[in-house]
Amino acid sequence: MKGMSLIVKTVTRWVKVFIFLFGVYLIITGHLSPGGGFSGGVIIACSYILLTLAFGKEFTLNRFGTGIAKVLDSSSALIFLIVGLLGFGSGGVFFANYLQKRFPGEELSLLGSGNILISNIAIGIKVASSLFLVFIILSVLRLVTGTDGIKRIVQDEEEE
Amino acid sequence: MEIDIIIFVLLVFMAIAALIAVETKNLLSSVISLGAVGFGLSMAFLFLRAPDLAIVQIAVEVVLLIFLIRATISRDTIPETGRIRWWGLAFVLLLMAGVLVFGYFAFHDLGNFGEPIISAVKSTPSNLYLREGLEKTGAANIVTSIILDYRAYDTLGEATVLFTAIIGALAILRSRTKTDKGERKK
Repeated sequence: MKGMSLIVKTVTRWVKVFIFLFGVYLIITGHLSPGGGFSGGVIIACSYILLTLAFGKEFTLNRFGTGIAKVLDSSSALIFLIVGLLGFGSGGVFFANYLQKRFPGEELSLLGSGNILISNIAIGIKVASSLFLVFIILSVLRLVTGTDGIKRIVQDEEEE
Repeated sequence: MEIDIIIFVLLVFMAIAALIAVETKNLLSSVISLGAVGFGLSMAFLFLRAPDLAIVQIAVEVVLLIFLIRATISRDTIPETGRIRWWGLAFVLLLMAGVLVFGYFAFHDLGNFGEPIISAVKSTPSNLYLREGLEKTGAANIVTSIILDYRAYDTLGEATVLFTAIIGALAILRSRTKTDKGERKK
């Protein structure tokens, strides 16, 4: 996959940070205003997809490879599960909001909701890396038949 | 009453766009009509006062449009040929007529639009969440307090579904294959 024209590259260079920051904003204020982990994660994945479309696949894969995306995907799923399991020890039930019980915090503040903020961040990272991986799998990899007759999946060399 | 007209116009727009998406021959115009359905749905959510759903719908719709356009833009489109099976069409029309008649009688006795019956009883869970959500969870956004606190177990299930789907896709579409003898092959 090659990059696109100079206009697209320039606009992407200006816009990418704002898309990324809007996703982060939606994630960390998900318990105060509309938004949350899922929508914020999708928007963060959008910023990386925009980079891949505009600058080509090498640009993104060299900075944010599929290996990192896999690790982020698995570890954030694990964090969400651990947050739920820790409720057994502290609150007595699965997914008890023990942090909010113990440190109630100020109402309507960023840290006032305990576990919900951590869960939102974990889900956001998970959705972002998952959608980025889906995009890489669907658009960069391609099925070809080799000379020995075995079908295998390669990263496509150039765009039709 | 005003919101009814807006929702009605949006629903007609979405139905027309969905018909175009099904009936058109070109795959790319079909995908774009599908995008119109999604954006109409997002606006409908916004007018029904569900901003969380509207944000999710519009973000997922953009990503889905990119995926589908990239998947279809380089393919040769094969126009489908074939004749219409009239008895099948008649069966579908009869079924739809039956569902419409059933729906008319089923929804006849329900309450007005925007006034759910369940909110009339004080002790139902939905009223409980609205009253005690903020002080019990600390989240001002009631949707977040439900999906990540009261019903976090469901969210764990959704995360598991996403995780399993990614693992399956990566396992099937991995770039490195194994031969019969078990040695890794590039």
